[in-house]
Amino acid sequence: MSQAPRLVEVRRNLLKQNDVVARRLRERFSAAGTFVVSLVSSPGSGKTALLERILMELGPRHRVAALVGDLATENDAARLARSQAPVRQITTGTLCHLEAAMVETALGDWDPAQLDFLFIENVGNLVCPASYDLGESLRFVLMSVTEGEDKPLKYPTIFNSADVAVITKVDLADAVEFQWPLAMHNIQAVRPGMEILRLSAKTGTGMAECLAFLESRLAESRAVPR
Amino acid sequence: MHELSLALNLVEIAREEGARLGGRVNAVHVRLGAMAGVVREALHSSYEMASADTPLQGSRLVIEDAPVVVICDHCGEQPVPDGSYWMGCPRCGAPAPVLRDGKEMELIALEIDP
Repeated sequence: MSQAPRLVEVRRNLLKQNDVVARRLRERFSAAGTFVVSLVSSPGSGKTALLERILMELGPRHRVAALVGDLATENDAARLARSQAPVRQITTGTLCHLEAAMVETALGDWDPAQLDFLFIENVGNLVCPASYDLGESLRFVLMSVTEGEDKPLKYPTIFNSADVAVITKVDLADAVEFQWPLAMHNIQAVRPGMEILRLSAKTGTGMAECLAFLESRLAESRAVPR
Repeated sequence: MHELSLALNLVEIAREEGARLGGRVNAVHVRLGAMAGVVREALHSSYEMASADTPLQGSRLVIEDAPVVVICDHCGEQPVPDGSYWMGCPRCGAPAPVLRDGKEMELIALEIDP
């Protein structure tokens, strides 16, 4: 007589492995006093342009570095290297997102204690990066005014996973009749209380606020006893 | 398509648990939050690929959906209706930024042949 299969309860998080590495990274960054910001957005929202500007402007005052993820090419690293900041490209091949282990490997011989800020530019993708903790202190999600006000509603998971929403290319807002109140409402709908920055990396509008925000968060993170 | 990465993790974890428990695994049960950002169909086809040529080949993947649950300051834990992306209390309407549940991706059970 055949017996029924037995159902055995187990509880295992599928992302445990990534979470373990991310926690290790976070502890390392925290001990070194490094403030780590990751950037996520769809392709073409202006992650690299923003990062380029941030590296240029923070560079003279702070020790900054960046890791940039892309499926292919080292174009972004070459572009960002013009800022004189140390930059490393993470080429993911066909993988659509960065994982904590890739960040750990890419860091290589860099000593976080020699850095005030480390920026991690994720692969352009509003879906897959949402679930992967990279050990960052803050996650920025970018949306450009040309993408439409409903981006947060279409990709609630990633907006909910981020700490700060950055509305980019604001110099084009009038041309595309961007509806600010609607965009703000949609962001707050998926992540109540979310911090919102508005800027144009091209014209520099809003950059001062963005840099001041980053510097204040760095100071705050160091004020907390480690 | 991060579902393939997830499926590979799942197969590895399920193999480990299966070996620990002994016997052939014929089904793998996972619990996926509504906000986990995982496409069910993609996970099913990825699971088939990831489990090929492993002891889990031919096993079924059973997905249990977990609702988003928010914590409201006034009403406590409240499940959010399916398909809603507004992170607020469904009872009193207050914004509820804290997610209690809804992002989980867990292996919860294995069905083992006797």
